[in-house]
Amino acid sequence: MRPCDLPAYTIADLVRTKQLSAVEVLEDALERVREVDGRPGQVDAPEAQSEEDLSTVHAFTKVTEDYARQQAERIDSLIKKGENPGPLAGVPYTAKDIFTVKGIQATAGSKILSNYISPYSATVVERMEEAGAVLLGKVNLDEFTYGSSSESSAYKPVPRNPWDTSRVTGGSSGGSAAAVAAGEGAISLGTDTGGSIRHPAAFCGTVGLKPTYGRVPRYGLIAFGSSLDCPGPLARTVTDAAQTLQAIAGHDPRDATSATVPVPDYLREMEKDIRGMRIGLSEEFFRVTYFDAESMELVVNPIDPQIQEAVLSAAGFLAQLGADIVTDVPLPHTKYGVPTYFVISRVEASSNLLRYDGVKYGYRTDQEFADLRDLYRKTRGEAFGVEPKLRMLMGIYLSAAQFDKGYYQLALKARALMRQDFEQIFDPQGKYRLDALLTPTAPSTAFPIGAVYGDSVLMQYSDQLTATTNHAGIPGLSFPVGFDREELPIGAQLLGPDYSEGSLLRVARAYEKVTENEAWRTKRPPILAKNGS
Amino acid sequence: MTERISREDFQKLADLASLELPGEEAEYLRKELNNQMISIEVLESIPIDAETGSAAHGLPYTELNSPAPRPDETRQDPHRDEILAQAPELEDGYIVVPDIAQEELE
Repeated sequence: MRPCDLPAYTIADLVRTKQLSAVEVLEDALERVREVDGRPGQVDAPEAQSEEDLSTVHAFTKVTEDYARQQAERIDSLIKKGENPGPLAGVPYTAKDIFTVKGIQATAGSKILSNYISPYSATVVERMEEAGAVLLGKVNLDEFTYGSSSESSAYKPVPRNPWDTSRVTGGSSGGSAAAVAAGEGAISLGTDTGGSIRHPAAFCGTVGLKPTYGRVPRYGLIAFGSSLDCPGPLARTVTDAAQTLQAIAGHDPRDATSATVPVPDYLREMEKDIRGMRIGLSEEFFRVTYFDAESMELVVNPIDPQIQEAVLSAAGFLAQLGADIVTDVPLPHTKYGVPTYFVISRVEASSNLLRYDGVKYGYRTDQEFADLRDLYRKTRGEAFGVEPKLRMLMGIYLSAAQFDKGYYQLALKARALMRQDFEQIFDPQGKYRLDALLTPTAPSTAFPIGAVYGDSVLMQYSDQLTATTNHAGIPGLSFPVGFDREELPIGAQLLGPDYSEGSLLRVARAYEKVTENEAWRTKRPPILAKNGS
Repeated sequence: MTERISREDFQKLADLASLELPGEEAEYLRKELNNQMISIEVLESIPIDAETGSAAHGLPYTELNSPAPRPDETRQDPHRDEILAQAPELEDGYIVVPDIAQEELE
């Protein structure tokens, strides 16, 4: 097996024991990028059209080849000197282009930041570097993370799913999930505000972990919804997700919302037995709600039976391992997750987006302007795409006194009720006493590119099984549980109480081990075979 | 369908958001906002009473997970020059701001 297809923990072992150099690992990863990625995303570039464009992944907005080589050489030199290169020594990783890295572009997939070079690095990026990981590049995303398919990026071509390049990657960390699935880096750093790590992880068949709010610091992350945003890892194995979380979790004095709770040993937690753990199933998570644009009504249907079957089969495996499966767990406010998200995330996004003005940094209009207001209007009108515009307009509509109909206050109450739902099912003295809730991650598998994009309501409902987690602040982990008839990955999700990442990793790892000989585990994205990788 | 956001309100929103929007784009955005508003209206049916709390964030911050307030002291940012270098227009270390028009507030 090529180094680029190995798990991060294996790469780090081989590098530390001098069986492979960090530079060799990097060169192989760069070769993989050249084989499968095609044209990197560029602002104002044409969308995919040629046969080659349509059959490549386009995960990257920037391959940081020279920067990565310097980092890899540093790791090799540390090893030569007998020093400890860190637990992720020589592991190539990518970062969603929403994280800042000193001296490198941080575009947020937006024209408005297309010329921005970050003067500092995000805490999580610094921590990855301290752990010995090597930054392969920045990867594409929905503009400012606003979306569930990665199609709203101003950087074209947008990412395509390695399992079927006519399909979306999910989003908004779509470049992250696609890169990891295609062996372009073993790990990616993503962010999750309403499902943006877990949703693309499910669509691309990877593991994706949204930590508890505040478990991983947000310093150096371009903000979307400040009370919801969580950085976290995407990886091909549960162990790699655990090892990455180990590296990036913990208090940071530069983020006052980062928790001071001690970070446990996730790798040790992960290997514990799941016997006696109580894992819940809730009917609220096996229904899908869609906004029907013709009738203008919300339609509720049972979930795709293939997804339901895959998740229930995962529950069966966990039961075989001695977990207690608890059915009929009530989470009655789940249906308010998306409407509440429409309100809270938009109000927070509009506040965060007002800083981009064409004066201090970033894009400025080339048109003549009369005064400062005119400069703002022209710059922002030209350089924001439709998603940021929609979010600002909605956020202002919902928060400006002149339009106020009380929806923001209602959304905060709905949020309290969603939090209460989870507190009740995870209460150690309560009726359900769950260690985790097992659900599907997304209401569908990866949909065709262009099938949903443009309908902002239907797209938002793709997050209906993930958004309540962010409202409540609890952790969530998506992991692969098989494929549908169209050979597209299906993801299941584990949710748990505050700071229970160790337990969620333990359940996912137990499932990974017990299914390691299942036929579907041997599948690889067709794009790898096609490109002779 | 009853329009939740009229053309007139939409224009006010665009002004507040400092966005110049061509007509066709404005109509698309307004249509999407109206659809979003319909799906938000379901919040009116949430079963709430005087006891229902209000959560500006999900996770509670207590002394168990909150850092102590940091000292109130000034610090020189180490990236001053790199930050200033990103400004589209700079003069003697100051960011040049275009004329600010005076407007009567409503």
